[in-house]
Amino acid sequence: MSDIISGVLLLAGATFMLLAAVGVVRMPDLFTRMQTTTKSATLGAGSMLLAAALYFGDLGVTTRALAVISFLFLTAPVAAHMIGRAAYFVGVPLWKETIVDELRGHYDRRTHDLISNPTMPITRDGNTTESSN
Amino acid sequence: MMVTIAVIIALAMLSVALLLALVRLARGPSLPDRVVALDLMGTLAVGMITVYAMTTQQPVFLDVAIVLALISFLGTVAFARYVEKRGS
Repeated sequence: MSDIISGVLLLAGATFMLLAAVGVVRMPDLFTRMQTTTKSATLGAGSMLLAAALYFGDLGVTTRALAVISFLFLTAPVAAHMIGRAAYFVGVPLWKETIVDELRGHYDRRTHDLISNPTMPITRDGNTTESSN
Repeated sequence: MMVTIAVIIALAMLSVALLLALVRLARGPSLPDRVVALDLMGTLAVGMITVYAMTTQQPVFLDVAIVLALISFLGTVAFARYVEKRGS
């Protein structure tokens, strides 16, 4: 029984990881690519480690697998945030069909200051709008 | 039996995934793209080590997965700092 669950989890994990790799090749810009790698690949690795824990059925192995899972789930968002932040700072272009970029006009790339209420926020098509607050 | 077949299929899928990540690593227009591809390759390696531990019946390899996850995270954070300091 645990053999079958372990095999299914293993295949599901491998599928998620393959989908993450397909996404990282096919997605149009950096930020959408990061979305596939962090979420899908982390879920894939997590289910594979669960499969290993079920397969060995040993307390030490289960503890190690849970340690890796919790570590991956804690660090993947942090790493993604760091690299996304750095990429936005150096001006990596967004996809040309991106609908909203909420930091645009609110952020000074040189001094790294966040302006909460800019005088003239600029929408994507170049119009100026009233600030909402 | 079920696990033996699943392990072979999973290893094949992970190999294909690793190749696709390598494509993005080679092509990636900007440096952060390559860093994201490297991060993905680190996670894929954790998965491959897990599958390898199951094929060889050696749970000791899971320790390698712990260390690799840690090193991969540190590498990504270091790259992010570097990209940010270096500017465009």
